[in-house]
This record gives sequence, structure tokens and C-alpha cells, in this order.
Amino acid sequence: MSHAAPINEQDSSGYALSFKDLNVTFETSGSDVHAVKGLSLTVRPGRVVALVGESGSGKSVTSTAAMGLLPSNAIVEGSAKVGTVNVVGLEESKLRKMRATDIAMVFQEPMTALNPVLTIERQLTEALELHDIAYGKEATDRAIELLRLVGIPEPEKRVKQYPHQFSGGQRQRIVIAMAISCDPKVIIADEPTTALDVTVQAEILDLLRELKDRLNTGILLITHNMGVVADMADEVAVMFQGNLVETGSVDQVLLHPQHEYTQRLLAAVPRLSAPIDIAEHAPHSTATAPPGRELVLEAKDLVLEYDMRGTIFRAVENVSFDIAKGEVLGIVGESGSGKSTIAKAVLGLLPVAEGTLSVKGHNLPKLSPKEARAVRKSIGVIFQDPAASLNPRFPIGDCITEPMVVHKVGTKASRIKRAQELLDAVKLPRNVINRYPHELSGGQRQRICIARALTLNPELLIADEPTSALDVSVQALVLEMLQDLQRDFNFACLFVSHDLAVVDMLADAVVVMQSGKAVEQGMVNTVLHSPTHDYTKRLLAAAPVPDPHAQAERREAWRLLNNAR
Amino acid sequence: MSNINDKTPENLTSIAEVEDAKLAASTEQSKSQSRIIFERFLKHKPAMISAVTLVLITVIAFTSIGIGPIPGWWKQSYLDAGSVINGGKPSLSLLPTWLGGSGIRIGDHPFGQDSVGKDYFALVMNGTQKSIIIGLVVGLVATFLGAVIGAVAGYFRGWVDEVLMRITDLFIVIPLLVLAAVLGQMAGHGSGSIITLALVLGLVTWTGLARLVRGEILSLREREYVAAAQAMGSKTSRVIAKHLLPNTVGVIVVNATFAIAGAILLESSLSFLGFGVQPPESSLGLLISQYQNAFVTRPWLFWWPGMIIVVIALAVNFLGDGMRDAFDPRQTGKKRRRRAGLFAMPTRKDKP
Repeated sequence: MSHAAPINEQDSSGYALSFKDLNVTFETSGSDVHAVKGLSLTVRPGRVVALVGESGSGKSVTSTAAMGLLPSNAIVEGSAKVGTVNVVGLEESKLRKMRATDIAMVFQEPMTALNPVLTIERQLTEALELHDIAYGKEATDRAIELLRLVGIPEPEKRVKQYPHQFSGGQRQRIVIAMAISCDPKVIIADEPTTALDVTVQAEILDLLRELKDRLNTGILLITHNMGVVADMADEVAVMFQGNLVETGSVDQVLLHPQHEYTQRLLAAVPRLSAPIDIAEHAPHSTATAPPGRELVLEAKDLVLEYDMRGTIFRAVENVSFDIAKGEVLGIVGESGSGKSTIAKAVLGLLPVAEGTLSVKGHNLPKLSPKEARAVRKSIGVIFQDPAASLNPRFPIGDCITEPMVVHKVGTKASRIKRAQELLDAVKLPRNVINRYPHELSGGQRQRICIARALTLNPELLIADEPTSALDVSVQALVLEMLQDLQRDFNFACLFVSHDLAVVDMLADAVVVMQSGKAVEQGMVNTVLHSPTHDYTKRLLAAAPVPDPHAQAERREAWRLLNNAR
Repeated sequence: MSNINDKTPENLTSIAEVEDAKLAASTEQSKSQSRIIFERFLKHKPAMISAVTLVLITVIAFTSIGIGPIPGWWKQSYLDAGSVINGGKPSLSLLPTWLGGSGIRIGDHPFGQDSVGKDYFALVMNGTQKSIIIGLVVGLVATFLGAVIGAVAGYFRGWVDEVLMRITDLFIVIPLLVLAAVLGQMAGHGSGSIITLALVLGLVTWTGLARLVRGEILSLREREYVAAAQAMGSKTSRVIAKHLLPNTVGVIVVNATFAIAGAILLESSLSFLGFGVQPPESSLGLLISQYQNAFVTRPWLFWWPGMIIVVIALAVNFLGDGMRDAFDPRQTGKKRRRRAGLFAMPTRKDKP
């Protein structure tokens, strides 16, 4: 490991966490998997070390090894020291005593990291009581203090509440409060903001930064998001396929990457393009479309509702937009904004409550099932989760040609030929046709989904967060492919995403949604580069960029914007 | 970068390229899910032993006395009475003489004879035939009904689900034995009564599977491939038949085996109580019922049919267990871990 930071054997006490030649191998029913290959890394108190890598790089395995939480089929070699104690091969009882007091963890998914049947008080005091720090009233007082520390308003009242009464961001704050409850030497934050919206992510990162300065804790931040790295980290370690390929200060790694992998990874991160001077500001309305546009999808005053056992929940209110042939419309918003609901309605998976939604002039709510089926022939769809969007029992060839079977198009031979053409188009080998979805990676499966969506040469493609479950470099590949195919086949595309940079790259026009309403819409250049609505500005300011200096400026701008509210 | 994984080419620096290279390089035969499950099933020893036992019993039962007009290789009929030889004791002996037994021989009446001299082997084989037929038919009917009703209820939800599940509840609250007895009594007489009885039993035992399938479908229907199929305009029947039911096949197959075992036991209980198969037809339960008084004097009349019921039911249950293990991917690592626990660390390190 030529790039690894050298470790001074005599002075390992100066580190909150240090790994030396860590090797982790998993025994599986097939061949053994060598997940971490000789990793050496150190974290000093009060410093944030970001461990960056894509799926399968071994970053989470490394952190789990430090917690001693690896499953029993893992073979660990080398050392992982918390303070001065080597946790590799340590007895379970000693390890248990170290957890929370020496090493603590912040998990990725705040929705499942808290026990839904216990109050926040019970969960916060549990660690205190287990480690003989405080009991009863004293522990409750400490829990309230912790909640105040992580910025939960009215902690005296809210400590008695249950997890479901808090929002996702607040829950993550509580998880952080639990992690710092026993003043650990080091906190492992495993993708702490991945499941959160960008504006909430910015707040959580602020909190983590403030806490580590106040408590002088070392943080090992595991993430795939280079923007988060630029925002938080002092030092960066890049992992690839179990190897540590590059370490260094955040400036050095993000601005002057040495290893080819880091360079390509940084290049793959989608960024907002530099603002273009627009001579004439296009008015913020889609009604200004040049005449002669061939409209494929048109929504007018669209209202969509969910019927939740009698109570009607209005998910989308009075949204209007249109897409013409060859155009890409991006719909952006945070979770709960109703952006995916619109995609569902266009696909016919949700009835339209009010307003019109017409595909090529046919108003969907008014069509008979038979006519609707004919219209759907011209709509292709790509979903978010590549693991769930292909039937596990269908070979890839059947998956791709399914639309042809459903609409009774072509013969068996012509269907196979079409599947092969499409596999070429998404740059996968033709022999994949007889393989099964479980043999493919997430990115490859997503490419199969794209192929399936294009089988019948659709005039409209619905892409519902097609890349949000993918790694950055795979995302770049898939987006590029979508762009090329869109150019070649000239279909209209409704692109739903939470990532403004991705929408900027792909879309012509954009609708920004907040709690079911379209707060701002227009051409991408106008909306994303000179936003008028406060919410759009906040969204733009909250998304971190992978450049530590630029991100520091953006952070200040974000604070100003927040204080102004 | 010395110890890079053997499979990945050295010079790649993008995860997408690594994945594509792995896919292009993978030469091993592509296996479908059912193929993988089948291979896992073959490795399950108790299930394989049970499968062999079941096949053996079935083959012997059907070939020995023949089916209907087709004669079998066993020369004596279960209908003909004859002279009682040696008090009707079984002539089968498996203990060799050098172990103090009377030598390995089958003799004229391996399972003995009943009070009027009928060959008991032929009788038991006839009963076994009937039990197996009833088990299979009930298994098929109950599985079909349960899968369809469960799938429809789970897919459509709303009032369809409410109505179907209340009907299911109705069947569950009435004691199965009483229901089967009343219906069985009505169906038990007349020609082809065994098939009719089996159909009736199938009509009352589908409830458990219907609930399980409904639960599975409720979770599967939220998967994106189902949404994709609906969005591309698939008919409801296609979505259920092609995308939902094949993915619940694990639950269905496993429960079908348990339904078969249950049906054989239910038929035995019914026949024992006199509500099931009626003479001159015979079934294992009926044989036990007829000769329960002979238990002290001629125990073999009780033991042979009893043991065969137990063996069949056990074997079918083990088969179901094996299938459940094969379908449940969480079972894969179990064996290795257990071995690692037994021989602890050294064994693991010995591995090349």
C-alpha cells in the first residue's frame, strides 16, 4: 500500500481510531470474498476522515470491523485500534463495554435505526444505564440535554414521544444524540445523510461539524457523496475494490487527485453547469412554447389524490405542464413533494382526480381500458430500484421483449432480434439474453430496464429517479446512455429526480415541486440559474459540490439564506 | 495494488467497467432460480431420503396389486378370503438365522392375514393406494383453490379481499373434522367415491394456503416489476399469472406438501370414525378402525397400516422441509457456519 498513511507504532495513543493492514475475507457458499485488502488508516480526535468509495469497495466492511459487528463468516486479520485497544479478536463482553463509550455509530436509515415501540427517552437513557453513567432522573436530564444539543425544539416535552412523531431529519438528530450520549472517542457515521433530502442533509452536516468541534471526537465518515466529503472532511481516503487507492487532505484529493480512479470518480459527479447569460429571459411559463411543437404529454390543472382508507390525501394540486416530441421535462422536489405521484398517474397506476392528463391528445381519465392499453403502448418506463424492477423469474430476453408479448407485436424470431438490437444499444453483450436478473449488477439491470422501456419505440419515456440507487460512475454511464438514446430515438421524456445537477444535465424544461404544488417552472437555464422562488434557491444552495473551497462559500450562502427566513 | 481480485482485470478504474468485464468474463452456465433451488434441494439429505421412500412406497403400492383392471405382480387379491394359515401371523421375516431369527423370507402372507383369511399385504397396499390418491387430489384441489383465491384477494384488495377473506374465516371457524365428516358422508357413497371424497376434502382445506398466498401477493404487488407490467398495459390475468404467482411458488409448493400430509391424516381420521371411505373399498384409516379391537390379539393388523400412515406423513413433511430450505435463500450459509462452530477457527484457516 504505497498510498497509505504511515502509522507510528509508538504513538498510536494519539489516534482515536487506527487500522493497520486490515484484511477481511468472507466465507461464502461459493468462493471466498476478499472484501478489504490490507487497509491502513488513522483518525485523530477532532478530525473528520472521509472513507469514500462505491458499492463493493469495502468501506462499510471496514467500519463494521471497527465496531466488531462483522458476521461470523468473516475472517479478520491485522489490527483495528480504538484508542489503544485492538478490537480484532477481542472478547465479546469487552467489546460490548467499549461500544458507545469508546466507539459509536450513526446509521444510514433513520427510519429503521430507532425502535418504534419505545419512547425517545427510553432509547436515549438505555446506553447511559448500560454503561453505569446515569440512572433515573439523572439519565432523563441527560437525555433532554442531548436532545437540546442536537437541536430538537422543546426537548422536555418531546423526549416522551415515540419515533414516528418525528420527521426523518429529526430522527437522524436523535440517532446522533444516541451516538454522542457516552462521549465516545470516535464516531463512525455510515452514510449519515444518504436517506435524507438535500436541505435536511445540509442541516445534519452542520450539526455533525459543530458537535465534533465541541466534543473533540474523531469522525470516520463513510460516504459515496463527494459533495458531503468536500463539506465535512479534513482528510479523505478513497477505496476501490477493497484497496485503499488514495489518501490525503481534502484539498489534495478533491482538487488534485493522483490516482486514476479518483480522477474518474470526481469527473463522474454531476454538477450544475455554469450559468449561461440568457439575453431574453424566457417567461416562467410553459405556455410560451414555440408553435409547431408536437405535444406528447399535456397536463392541465392536474389533481391527484390517494385514498387512505377513507381519508383523502391530496398529493398533487393544480399542476400543469407539457412535453413535446424530443423534449425532456425534469420534475424535481424533495420526498413527499408529489413528483413520483405524477409519474404514476401518467403510467395509469393512479386515477386522475381532477384536471386533464392527455397523451398525444387522448385524455387518459376518459379512456376505456382498451383504449388506455393502446395508448400505453407508446409509453416506456424506468423505475428507481434496479433490484425490484425486473421479474426475478424471467430471463433477460423475456424481460426486454415483454412489451411485445403484451401488445402481441412480432414473432418469436423478430422479438429475439429486437432484444439483441436493444442489448447492443445499451452496450451489454448479446449472450446476456439467457441470463437472469440476479446475475447482473444494479447498473446493468438498470440498462436492461432502459432497453425494456424502448422495446416498442415509445413516444414518451417516464424515468422515475432512474439513477438514484446507482453509484456515481455507474450513474454517469446510465445518464450518458439515456442522453444518447434520447437523441437517437427522439422520444419525449418525463424525468423525475431529486438531484438538480442530473436534471440540469438532461432536461430542457423543469418543474420544481414542493408539497404537491409546482412552485416554479420553466426552462432549465432560467429556473436553475436564476431562480425566483425561495424554495428553488434553498434547494440549489443546499446541494453540496465536490470542491472544498467552493463548498465553503456555498455553506456561507446557505447559512445566510437560512437566517433570512 | 498487488493483491487485486483474480477475476478483475488489473487496469480498470471504474466500477461500471469492472462489472461489465466480470459479466463478459463469466463463462459459467447461467442458472435460473428454479435450477438453483432444485440443486439446493438435492443437497438436503432428509428430503432426498424421504423422496426415495415415498417413490418406493408408491411404486410398490401401485404395481403389487395393480390399478383397476390392470393386474399387478402380487398373486393374491385383497377381496378373496382363504384359509387362515398359522393364525394369520405375518410370514415376513427380516432377521437372519445367525442373529436368532428365522431367516430372511417373504412367504405367502408377508403382512399376515385377517380374520377371514384375506391377504393383509394386498389389503394394506390397496389402502395405501387410496390414501396416496386422496392425498394427491386433495393437495391439488386445495392448492389450486388456495392459490387462486389468495392471489385474487391480495391483488384486488378492497371489497374483493374483504368478501374472500370472510369466506375463508367462515371455513376456518367451523371445525374441519365436523365439516369434512358431514360432506364426506354425503360424498362417501356411490361410485368413484374416493375421488369425490378427495374433492370434498380439498374444498374445505384450502384456507391456510389462501391466507399465505394473499400475504405474499400483498407484498409482491408493490414491487416495481409489477408496476412496470401494469404500466406497459398487461392484462390483470397476465400480471397475476406471470409476475405474481410464479414468485409465490415457494410458499405454494411447500404448503402443498404439508396439505398432502394433512389430507392423508384427515382421511385416516374420517375413515377411522366411519365417515370416510366405505367398505368394500379400503383405506389405511379404515383398516385401523376395522381392526382396532384386534390390537391385543393380532397386533399386526393394527401396526402395518398405522406404520405406513406415519411413514408417508413423515416423509411428505420432510420433503416440505427440504423444499422450504431450498426456497429460502437465508438457509444457504447455515451449514458452513455450523461446521465453523464445531471445528472452530483452525478448520477455517486450513482452507486453501
